[in-house]
Amino acid sequence: MNLRVTDLACARGPAQILAGVSFAVAPGQALILRGPNGAGKTTLLRTLAGLTPPIAGRIEAEPDAIAYASHADGLKSQLTVEENLRFWAGVFGTRDSAPAIAAFHLGPLLDRRAGEMSAGQKRRLSLARLLVSGRAVWCLDEPTVSLDAENVARFAAAVTAHLSKGGSAVIATHIDLGLPDATTFDIAPFVAKQIRADDPFADSFAGDAP
Amino acid sequence: MIGLLKRDLTLAIRAGGGFGLSLAFFLIFATLVPLGVGPQTTILSDIAPGILWLGALLACLLSLDRIFQLDWEDGTLDLIATSPVPLEGLAAMKAFAHWITTGLPLVLVSPVLALLLNLPEGGFLWLIASLGLGTPALSAIGTFGAALTVGIKRGGLLLSLLVLPLYVPTLIFGALCVLRGAQGQDALTPLLLVGGITLGSLAILPFAAAAALRVNLR
Repeated sequence: MNLRVTDLACARGPAQILAGVSFAVAPGQALILRGPNGAGKTTLLRTLAGLTPPIAGRIEAEPDAIAYASHADGLKSQLTVEENLRFWAGVFGTRDSAPAIAAFHLGPLLDRRAGEMSAGQKRRLSLARLLVSGRAVWCLDEPTVSLDAENVARFAAAVTAHLSKGGSAVIATHIDLGLPDATTFDIAPFVAKQIRADDPFADSFAGDAP
Repeated sequence: MIGLLKRDLTLAIRAGGGFGLSLAFFLIFATLVPLGVGPQTTILSDIAPGILWLGALLACLLSLDRIFQLDWEDGTLDLIATSPVPLEGLAAMKAFAHWITTGLPLVLVSPVLALLLNLPEGGFLWLIASLGLGTPALSAIGTFGAALTVGIKRGGLLLSLLVLPLYVPTLIFGALCVLRGAQGQDALTPLLLVGGITLGSLAILPFAAAAALRVNLR
């Protein structure tokens, strides 16, 4: 089991968003998160990635197994495609970025600065970082935003290849990626929005809570 | 972590402003002081140590809010937090990069400005020594302040209010060191105190900055 979540409750700031979330992702399996805008998909993924501590419940995964890709691309516009990838390869301690370049067809763009690229090209570079990270569990937040049909297919192929090597993925998306063995997980039943009882500043935020 | 440092330095060179902003501020500040105070060389000699240290401190302050803000805005900070690089290491490297792009140029240019302000001959060596030893503390303290205020839109004012009181001891002992050197008195004691502040800041503040970042990334 690459990732197992038991009775998880997540919060964003002073507000609890989700409660009682439980699922497991096996090697080779992809879990598609569904839910309306604002339901808590991003909060759940940030909690899985370890950015936000959970209020309750457990997340079981190998240490350093999770690679997170957020809405933001996390690219430096003054650096070229190659420099961006090399930086992340260094951060994750991997050396070979050739498969990542091939998977997202970045070869012709290597010397282009990230600031001079279109939104879709930036997204491809941002997704290529997942391959460079060498991690087993991908937590992806709307990865196909601003990708065209051809590149959505490239992304699906990259995820399929990752799964076939025993990796797994948790993907929040609104479109059909056509992945094999993908399980859909609707988070709507777990939405439990309330101000956290254990937050000493809860009262001051009560006015603008959703 | 060396990769982080290299990336920050590359960005500082390519983006412009990284090296130039603080240095230009320091130059303008020190050039304008004689115009404001008047050309009496005795007065200038008396205030030169304080002016030079104050100018260096304000120049440092000017570039602090860029330390984490850009990485936070484009999502890089989130990604580094989920990577194998510890946030303590990130904070230390950010402080080091800030010192190379801000503190080091100030140290190098300070003797020229000291000449302009008619600093007595005996003070030059102490000026370079105290700035060289003291500016790393300014960068480390500033990195901590930047970590506290990351994510706050237009947090520059709050950052200044948080950081300036922490800069006071470095300023007092740094300026005192140069003043005593200029007057031919023993300047070693204040210099050692500046060194102590720097070592203490470097040992403690990267951990404090990392803790502040963790809270702000939630």
